[in-house]
Amino acid sequence: MGPFAGWEMPIQYEGPIAEHLAVRATAGAFDVSHMGQIETRGPAALALLERLCTNDVGRIPIGGAQYTVICREDGGMLDDLITYRLEADRYLTVTNAANHERDLSWFADHAGPDVEVIDRAVDYAMIAVQGPLAREMVQAIADAPLPERMAIAERTLNGAPALVAGTGYTGEDGVEVLLDPADAPGVWSAILRRGATPAGLAARDTLRSEVCYPLYGNDLTVERGPIEAGLGWCCRSGDGYVGAEAIAAVRAAGPREKLVAFVVDRGVARPGNAVAGGGVVTTGTYSPSLEVGIGMAYVPAAHAAIGTALEIDVRGRPRTAHVAARPLLKV
Amino acid sequence: MSEPSYPPELRYHREHDWARIEGDVATFGITWFAQDSLGEVVFFEPPAVGSQVTQHEPYTEVESVKAVSDVIAPLSGEVVEVNEALVERPDAINSDPYGDGWLIKVRLADPAEGDALLARDEYVALLG
Repeated sequence: MGPFAGWEMPIQYEGPIAEHLAVRATAGAFDVSHMGQIETRGPAALALLERLCTNDVGRIPIGGAQYTVICREDGGMLDDLITYRLEADRYLTVTNAANHERDLSWFADHAGPDVEVIDRAVDYAMIAVQGPLAREMVQAIADAPLPERMAIAERTLNGAPALVAGTGYTGEDGVEVLLDPADAPGVWSAILRRGATPAGLAARDTLRSEVCYPLYGNDLTVERGPIEAGLGWCCRSGDGYVGAEAIAAVRAAGPREKLVAFVVDRGVARPGNAVAGGGVVTTGTYSPSLEVGIGMAYVPAAHAAIGTALEIDVRGRPRTAHVAARPLLKV
Repeated sequence: MSEPSYPPELRYHREHDWARIEGDVATFGITWFAQDSLGEVVFFEPPAVGSQVTQHEPYTEVESVKAVSDVIAPLSGEVVEVNEALVERPDAINSDPYGDGWLIKVRLADPAEGDALLARDEYVALLG
């Protein structure tokens, strides 16, 4: 166990490599209860979310899910989020634990009349079940067919009411379950009895790194904008949200730096390692599935082409890496 | 290696390294405690044969999924052999830290430096 954002978190159970490989081969279960939740409800809920989110929130159907970034006026990223539309005028947004309080204030400060912003963080425990057999395992304890990818629905799991969403952070198929903390241990045990391997934060990090999902605090910070991070796809055009003008300007001029994925020839690069020519590694780890050092780095736009050789300073020793296409692992 | 193990014939450095001294040549590695704390080793690059190592100073690193750890030289000398097999199979450091997981062999500069090392029981007592 280890501390993270005010929570005691399971870093690993059996071992990060074994857990990682279990998720890719069968299924792993993650306790991600540290994540925050913000509920937004009322006739003006959509308007508030449209004001703060870069993505087109209006397109989320009831029972749907959407990934987005929220930004400051200058385009700096405040968090990356998943928003679920539970009812016509009721949304649930999942926040990163370290940003939850800041996100909550951001939502509340921008809320006008006809919308309630409710902190639901303590109301939900969260379990992610990920891997080729994940759905099968969770379906076995569910009262009805599970929702599809990027959808959410109320189900009963092992007798406990839960929100089940077809989302995840590993690149594998699977679900994320939001439920009453009191019911979580029982549902967790039921999922493990079905054969899921308990997996911790270390495995979560290597899994998401292989599919190049960004991590807030590493790849995404207030110092950078979504276009540089390769998240332009979830930034709608127009000026309807905070940061839209700054983002449009970067789009028009072209970003000066870009987040690229890389594979190291020998060794392992780590976050913070400098890249010769003016870049920095923001994600860097050993990939259990590829058995090589991998990561992501911001580099000057001219060095972002696939195949470009990068020289990374790993604790005083130069290591060569090559820019590679995302995702690094095809799942 | 799942159970703690500290062979009695080795000498130990408080930074969790061991030395097997045979005349004026010694073999170095990291202890069971060190590999257990580190987790699964995924990368190891030995120092060059012919380079010098200095007692109490780091001479290389071992890398696990999450972290990197300096390896401290228990004694000073010249590197005469390195365990090349570890480059392909660094996990031998975890499964057999005193056997196949040996790191380097050194021709000792000053065998008297061995006095600064701990006997097995002293090292184990340190671990608490």
